[in-house]
Amino acid sequence: MLTGKVALVTGAGRGIGREIALTLAKNGATVIVNYNGSKESAEEVAAEIRRNGGSAEAMQCNVSDFASSEELVKEVLAKYKKVDILVNNAGVTRDNLIMRMSEEDYDAVLDTNLKGAFNMIRHLSRSFIKQRSGKIINISSVSGVLGNAGQSNYSASKAGLIGLTKSVAREFASRGINVNAVAPGFIDTDMTRNMTEDAKKALNSMIPMGKMGSTKNIADLVLFLAGEHSDYITGQVICVDGGMCI
Amino acid sequence: MLERVKEIIEEQLNIEDVEITEETRFKEDLDADSLDLFELVDAFQEEYGVEIPPEDLEQITTVGAIIKYLQDKGVDA
Repeated sequence: MLTGKVALVTGAGRGIGREIALTLAKNGATVIVNYNGSKESAEEVAAEIRRNGGSAEAMQCNVSDFASSEELVKEVLAKYKKVDILVNNAGVTRDNLIMRMSEEDYDAVLDTNLKGAFNMIRHLSRSFIKQRSGKIINISSVSGVLGNAGQSNYSASKAGLIGLTKSVAREFASRGINVNAVAPGFIDTDMTRNMTEDAKKALNSMIPMGKMGSTKNIADLVLFLAGEHSDYITGQVICVDGGMCI
Repeated sequence: MLERVKEIIEEQLNIEDVEITEETRFKEDLDADSLDLFELVDAFQEEYGVEIPPEDLEQITTVGAIIKYLQDKGVDA
């Protein structure tokens, strides 16, 4: 389905990003597994892809840094000649009530989650425009759609991604480039696995389907948005959340 | 110079058999949108090795204007 395509997935060493990288690779794409701190797990993702007969390489970059992300893009374009699919997945949390939130925690989350996506799109825009095709998928969150107490920084960054998605979708639409956002709900990852049973119960009661989602649920949608079946879809925010955003 | 400039414009905007003179306006006559103009400028930068800062784009509205702009930057006619 994605044979011959080159995909760059940010924050692909762990969690949702890891599953996205594995899924795109399984469907034929060559995958750049970007990581910032998780070198070992990112190398492991790339190795797993290669073991399964796919093509992948782990590349380090702090996407919140404008110059570093330009270096990453240059390196990828020099080596792989193009990028067909960009998945802006890299994200961090620094949860706190706003009364107690430090400026540093606010900036750190905005810098990685929102500016990181801007940086990658900005540096790849010329290449996308020239090739007159491409799929940009931004991983937002239900926090960005609904808001979430204790996550004002995170939800601001994820709501910002939605605005970024819609604006860039309008700018690039005439060039055959699709830009969409995926808003995961509560997904079973390291982050949610550490919650107490009581907290999980309370959480599940907020989800109409009554259970957490899996990283596969997210990766399956990303696969759809990365492939030709979604060619006429752009500027959309699709919630994968068991009905939370209804 | 007009001939080569015309070729670049035709290639970038994917047009042919359209009369292009120095008076031709990019937006009004050739239906170029703002992304087209950025791409055109990119192509001219590559071809002639001059840097065209984004703020100069406003003054480059016609084919004649880009030729004059390039000449002012020292490109041989």
